[in-house]
Amino acid sequence: MVTIWLRVSLQMAVTEDEITQSRLGTQTPLDPSPPYNPWAPRLPRSPALKPVSSFNNRDCPEHSRGPDTRLMKFYSGGLTLLPITCSSAKNLDDFKPFPAGSLPRKKKGLAGLRQAPQKTKTGLLISLPLDFRQVSSIIDADILPETHLRVRLHKHGTHKPLGFYIRDGVSVRVTSQGVEKVPGVFISRLVKGGLAESTGLLGVNDEILEVNGIDVAGKSLDQVTDMMVANSHNLIVTVKPANLRNNTIHRASKTSAGNSSAGSGGSALSHDSAPSPASQNACQNSNSNSVAEVESDDDTDLIIENDNMLSYRMTNGNGSHGNTQSSGALRSLPQSFSLPSSSSLSSLTTPTQNGSPTKTSSSQESMREDGNFITL
Amino acid sequence: MMKFRFRRQGNDPHREKIKQDLFAFNKTVEHGFPNQPSALGYDPKLQLMAIGTKSGAIKLYGAPGVEMTGLHKDTSAVTQIHFLHGQGRILCLLDDNTIHLWEIVQRENRSYLVEVNSFTLPGRPGIESSSATRVTVMLLKLSCNLLALGTEGGGVHFLELPSLTLLNRSLFQDQVMQSLPEEYKCGKSLGPVESLQEHPKNSDKILIGYSRGLVVLWDLNSRHVENLFLGKQQLESLVWERSGNRFVSSHSDGGYMVWSVSCSKLCTHEPVSGPVVLFSGGMPRASYGDRHCLSILQDSSHVTLDFTSRVIDFFTIHCAEPEQEFDEASMLVVLLEEELVVVDLQTPGWPTLPAPYLAPLHSSAITCASHISNVPPKLWERVISAGQLQCPLNSYENWPICGGKNLAPESKQKELLLTGHEDGTVRFWDASGVSLKPLYKLSTANIFQTDCDHNDSSTQGAEEEWPPFRKVGCFDPYSDDPRLGIQKISLCKYSGKLLVAGTAGQVIVLVMSDEKSDHMIDVATVDLLQDREGFTWKGHDRLPPKSGSVVFAAGFQPVALVQCLPPAAVTAVTLHAEWNLIAFGTSHGFGLFDYHRRSPVLARCTLHPNDSLAMEGPLSRVKSLKKSLRQSFRRIRKSRVSGKKRAVRRIEPRSADDSLSGVVRCLCFADTFLKDGTHHGPTLWAGTNSGSVYAYALDVPSQEKFSERNVEALLGKEIQLMHRAPVVSIAVLDGRGNPLPEPYEVSRDLAKAPDMQASHSVLIASEEQFKVFALPKVSAKTKFKLTAHEGCRVRKVALSNFTSVSSEEYSENSLVCLTNLGDIHVFSVPSLRPQVRYDCVRKEDISGIASCVFTKTGQGFYLISPSEYERFSLSARVITEPLCRVEVERPHDLSDNSSCSTILPQANGTHKTQVESKPSEAEGLMEELRSALSSPVLGSPNSSADLTLDTTGELTMEDVKDFLTTVDEAENNFRNMAEEDGRPPGILIN
Repeated sequence: MVTIWLRVSLQMAVTEDEITQSRLGTQTPLDPSPPYNPWAPRLPRSPALKPVSSFNNRDCPEHSRGPDTRLMKFYSGGLTLLPITCSSAKNLDDFKPFPAGSLPRKKKGLAGLRQAPQKTKTGLLISLPLDFRQVSSIIDADILPETHLRVRLHKHGTHKPLGFYIRDGVSVRVTSQGVEKVPGVFISRLVKGGLAESTGLLGVNDEILEVNGIDVAGKSLDQVTDMMVANSHNLIVTVKPANLRNNTIHRASKTSAGNSSAGSGGSALSHDSAPSPASQNACQNSNSNSVAEVESDDDTDLIIENDNMLSYRMTNGNGSHGNTQSSGALRSLPQSFSLPSSSSLSSLTTPTQNGSPTKTSSSQESMREDGNFITL
Repeated sequence: MMKFRFRRQGNDPHREKIKQDLFAFNKTVEHGFPNQPSALGYDPKLQLMAIGTKSGAIKLYGAPGVEMTGLHKDTSAVTQIHFLHGQGRILCLLDDNTIHLWEIVQRENRSYLVEVNSFTLPGRPGIESSSATRVTVMLLKLSCNLLALGTEGGGVHFLELPSLTLLNRSLFQDQVMQSLPEEYKCGKSLGPVESLQEHPKNSDKILIGYSRGLVVLWDLNSRHVENLFLGKQQLESLVWERSGNRFVSSHSDGGYMVWSVSCSKLCTHEPVSGPVVLFSGGMPRASYGDRHCLSILQDSSHVTLDFTSRVIDFFTIHCAEPEQEFDEASMLVVLLEEELVVVDLQTPGWPTLPAPYLAPLHSSAITCASHISNVPPKLWERVISAGQLQCPLNSYENWPICGGKNLAPESKQKELLLTGHEDGTVRFWDASGVSLKPLYKLSTANIFQTDCDHNDSSTQGAEEEWPPFRKVGCFDPYSDDPRLGIQKISLCKYSGKLLVAGTAGQVIVLVMSDEKSDHMIDVATVDLLQDREGFTWKGHDRLPPKSGSVVFAAGFQPVALVQCLPPAAVTAVTLHAEWNLIAFGTSHGFGLFDYHRRSPVLARCTLHPNDSLAMEGPLSRVKSLKKSLRQSFRRIRKSRVSGKKRAVRRIEPRSADDSLSGVVRCLCFADTFLKDGTHHGPTLWAGTNSGSVYAYALDVPSQEKFSERNVEALLGKEIQLMHRAPVVSIAVLDGRGNPLPEPYEVSRDLAKAPDMQASHSVLIASEEQFKVFALPKVSAKTKFKLTAHEGCRVRKVALSNFTSVSSEEYSENSLVCLTNLGDIHVFSVPSLRPQVRYDCVRKEDISGIASCVFTKTGQGFYLISPSEYERFSLSARVITEPLCRVEVERPHDLSDNSSCSTILPQANGTHKTQVESKPSEAEGLMEELRSALSSPVLGSPNSSADLTLDTTGELTMEDVKDFLTTVDEAENNFRNMAEEDGRPPGILIN
């Protein structure tokens, strides 16, 4: 399990109403040095950093295979940032119960409303893990087909609107009879400043496949609306992203450009994160975010995954020219490969796949064949 | 991580068998008056009447309880219905120019209506256009072997019956033209055939009337014109006298003519003396063109029946003996667009006769309904005797249409359906059997001063008017004052106490009394806004109550009137006759009233501070309507530019300051544990539109001290549902998970006492999910998130008891739910496991869904038209459906060899077709298929019901505010914080 912060857009909320945004390149957002924390003198206490998105990449089979298409999506698009929001909690007594309350979800009912015991680590400018609140995440990346993306939006406790619209549309499915047009539900618009837009995980024209695990096939737009509203406190949508469906040369080149810069950013981050106690804290913190979701919260796990991540980044960055082709080819696969999630589930969840490159490569080849066939 | 549990359940064969014994969906019978009737037919031999509708249904009525329904495959209006007398066969002409033959068939000792044959008149290629072969009239010969069809083109065609084969004997207009004198021809066509009548004495001769006015007596055997009657007025209809010597023609100018057959001349304009002449219409257009009239003339007597809706058709019931000179009609049956009127022609004064069925439910628009099952005989008799005082002719002994035999067993339980109407009346219907009979009508308008009081005198002056009009019928769609409309009804069947609440915030407590009374009504006003400032009511005024005493007939007599302020429509009521308490809610709050001491106990405002819409009454919605109209015009303009119209939905969670969040949706009294687990006592529960639930502990004095001590209410708990969906229903379950019995049931030994030992629980049904909370802690026990799973929203819920078909001993309590998609889900209680799902109402039929009422035994009603209730059954055991037999004699039976396997019990075109077949026929594979189709909830892994409360995925926990138990530190903090946020302490944040 790893939390990746790449091409981070840092949002620092100094007070409740003052929000500033800065874009960081190779620097770590968690670096407490003055240029990146100009508000430090004004802060009576440490600013609370809140990661907005985290990526659960545990046991991700594609990961061992090489370039991850999903990740690349987020490098590539100019707007697809994984932002981190940092906001300060001036003083812990002010502290709203719910943002923190969403974290220790093991506590139920009224217990959740209580303030969690404060770990007082003085001397650090980074605030405490409990100040962090997860806003969105990619989940189940290991069991979903690579054309699909399962995104979790945490409306809980925020005042931000979910901020997206859905519409009816026509989806193309590949069946044994050939290509078939079926009605589908798509994201039609993202509201500026809304939760959906700020996470960058959902995009216009993404097809909605599931809402909180329930297939929306055959359901009307109103039904899907009601399902989403009913789940709005903890909305999990499985989408078929629009930019994973299309594969154009234009996009591929854009991807490579994005990759290299993002890769350097990523490596910088991971280098920095090792020595800096602040970022360590942040890692822990992000880890604790996902603790509620994932049972294992092994620090070593995190480090190992992080190393993998690093090496992957590096190779990608080194062979930027040569790899573009292959990554482009790889990216072409998912577009045409639209298995129902259940059928691909069994093949992808096998743990043996994780470490064996031979197997994955073979599966890649077979996929490629499928892809070629279908793209005709 | 959110766990998607793909748990399969419901595959236990034992449980499946139990479910089959408990649940079965059937649409059983339609109560009320068929919507948009278009044709009428009568069979004097079988004494059956048939009504055809615009939606293509034919409904057969005989003796009360004898009802049959058929639905044409195409929803085309039925324009004519003819019986083949005595044969149990019906010929229907549809608007699409098809003729259909229906037969009454016997199956399993009961009769059904089945379509056996159909026919379309072929056009003559090249000669006649398609409109020329359009059938205008049908003549069925008395011998029932020949059918003559008159067409638009003026031709007459003959069909053999019952095979519906076209005979090569057609008579075309040119043949008739040859025998016409030149001066009559003047080069014009004769126009469509308007009437065909068989000679009453000589069956070989028929009278053919053409639109232009020509009437021809045609001999079928010799195929020649026997006589010509050169009428000059546009013809409407023809009718023979029994002798065959004279016939009468009616004309478009409002006149009628009597012709003598022998001299082929017009003999007289004057009505012949002796017989009764009946005609509809014929009124002077300028003055009475808008009236719907039927005139009865006999000698010097003349009455013009003045109806409130259009006359579709009429027939008389008369002596069938052919020797009589005249028909000697005994009854006149008039089918109007909105009701059926029967006039007794043998009783002087021609009074009307009440019908035992086809009740005009919609005589004033239905605004609400309530069903009471298992009515005690005592109250039943009192209601009936009160009704008989209102309408002395309430026995249906001389009902003339009495064919067939009702085989349905007399229902063991008496059931009442109460309908509230726009004019402030509450009508009591006998819903025990197939025919819904009116029992009693209660009017609440007489306790208020309304404009309509002064209008009575004006109608008196119309005595001298000609023609002598007489108002007939009860269909009256115009309400005198919309504020009188009834919104909610609650009846205590043991004590005979009735609670009725209306549009102007009026809440009336009525008590059944067998004596006439003249008394004052106690009036109290309850301010539901409390001290909330900054609100001004922009809606209607409250209804001014009459001062002084009012005379009330025996029946339900008002004793107390509570008027809510602001006078918004009442949205929820509940009555506890044992505690002498009523509770009522509006869009502003709810109140509790002790009607014994006539004192208000509690008023609670539920308004959200941001809610401005709640202050506008229904009348001032014009503003927002204007705004929305403007917006929609803008949208139209925009969409024209883009050229595409796309449905788009915004995804946002419900926010606290949605408009009308304070509307009180449900109220409930219960004797349960609110303070602690050892002491139970009276409680009041209220749920609002924004997902808030308030629970009050009540201090109700014992029976003897009612007059001395006041009732007190103490706020016990506040629950804010996390998802903020409107609370549709609240019910308290006892220690065994059964719903608590009604008031008096236990103290009068009518029901098993509830389990007060084990812990109680409260079932809260919101628009999105059902949850059972343990009491007194209000901790969630079980839940089912319907909207999250199915994408549908709860519209109506009820707790019903389902008894197994195989054993009367075995029964289960279930939660029945109708959704906005029109389907019905049944859940077990308290485990909230989905049991079955059925399609019931079309999802577009919003008024049908809104009108649905469930009974306590697993049946239900919903409106399929403003005038008709569809009755359906979810129980495999409790089914109220027509079970009747009509004996018929017919020569060639067509139905035996025809493939008429499907019997559609539905007459109205508004139904969803059920995939299901009768449970008796479905076996084995079929049964599996059925369960798979009807309960996708259980089959589909995606809709797994995660019943155990998942601690990790559980984010929709509710906040429970406890006022009675000691509050611990965290909750103190919490409350402080709430106050710091500038919110009133009563409203919770999440």
